[in-house]
Amino acid sequence: MKPPPLDYIRAFTTQDILSVLANAGSDTRILAGGQSLMAMLNMRLAQPSILIDIMHVGELTGVTIEHGKTVIPAAVRQAELAEWQGLSKTLPLLAQMMPWIGHAQTRSRGTVCGSIAHADPSAELPLALITLDGEVALRSRKRRRVVQAADFFSGTMLTCKEDDEFIEAVRFPVSDGKAGTAFREIGRRKGDFAIVSCAAIARGKSVRLGVGGVNDIPFIRDFDGLEVSGIPDALNELAWSLDARGDLHADARYRRELVRNLGAQVIGEALQCAT
Amino acid sequence: MRNLKAGQKHPVEFELNGRSVKGQAEPRMLLSDFLRHELGRTGTHVGCEHGVCGACTIRIDGRLARACLTLAAQADGTQVETIEGMAPQTGRLSVLQAAFRRHHALQCGFCTPGILMSLDTLLQQNPAAGEDEIRDVISGHLCRCTGYRQIIDAALEAAKSLQKETADA
Repeated sequence: MKPPPLDYIRAFTTQDILSVLANAGSDTRILAGGQSLMAMLNMRLAQPSILIDIMHVGELTGVTIEHGKTVIPAAVRQAELAEWQGLSKTLPLLAQMMPWIGHAQTRSRGTVCGSIAHADPSAELPLALITLDGEVALRSRKRRRVVQAADFFSGTMLTCKEDDEFIEAVRFPVSDGKAGTAFREIGRRKGDFAIVSCAAIARGKSVRLGVGGVNDIPFIRDFDGLEVSGIPDALNELAWSLDARGDLHADARYRRELVRNLGAQVIGEALQCAT
Repeated sequence: MRNLKAGQKHPVEFELNGRSVKGQAEPRMLLSDFLRHELGRTGTHVGCEHGVCGACTIRIDGRLARACLTLAAQADGTQVETIEGMAPQTGRLSVLQAAFRRHHALQCGFCTPGILMSLDTLLQQNPAAGEDEIRDVISGHLCRCTGYRQIIDAALEAAKSLQKETADA
């Protein structure tokens, strides 16, 4: 339960990060808040030979709003985002989800971009990014590119990020204030990995439902012209269409049941606050 | 940039409970091990070493942190607070610690330093914290002795005394 031998590099500029990644990309991991990576290192599930600590890079701090998007750079901790004054106005769904991300003791250190990079299928932030049509800004020494959330995640803890790239920021479109939103999740203990989590965004009779914890990647379904009476059937069909599997925490049947129940609750709540 | 090579020891320096401390650590050394083995401060306990149990919870720059999910090198130049800094003086307990004692909020005491650090932080940030907030913070810790009830009772009583102290002042 100790990390393998590794070099620790404390970066002070983005150029520091880019040059280390360009020279030793595949053997290098970015260390931000460390709330996922350090556990992986302790268990030797990750064995990089170099860690780049990016938390002292001034260019990667501070939440801003640019071109209709809330920009969250790589060194922004989850607690900082939760405390950011603009959160509930610009991203009401994310504001509802923040208290469910890990525990107070891990939100205080963990970063928003770090959770996106880790790409745990039951984590709240990847679900939020996909449900809210967010995007990931990637940068290497050679290029910059922006990837839509739906294309960024490629499987359980897998993303399309190349070895020489790092996540510079994630961006969420600013809410127009007209949609209703809701979030719920079930886990064994508050703050533990969600068995199933559901997020809903409602506009009139159109509803988007995001489901985490079931498939390898958070899943979204758009329902247009949804009548209240049609919700149970729609959710039952959705629950069966997902790739629910049993594990130590819950069997597949229970996961489907949670999709039906949590789904109905969040859709109901989102529709209610939309009107 | 600052590059600490694997397999070699490097100086690590930070402020611990208000006093400057120094030691040597390999880059891979956990802050929990640095505190205990290098600095001899064994008040911070080590349970699961993957961030789940909460026994090693401390504060770095005023915010809660799992010492087992932090490298000693990351703590260089920071302000670290541990359970050793909680009592106002030798032989005198803090309000929260005294409430723990009165309510039998510990039995084996293994989880206690971490839980005290978390609750102390909560009560500093929100002296009006009620049972919901207390339960939420304790959800980041595992205690296998008490069943948590006594811990919640102790925290509620400490919150009440601290509120009274503030009102009297």
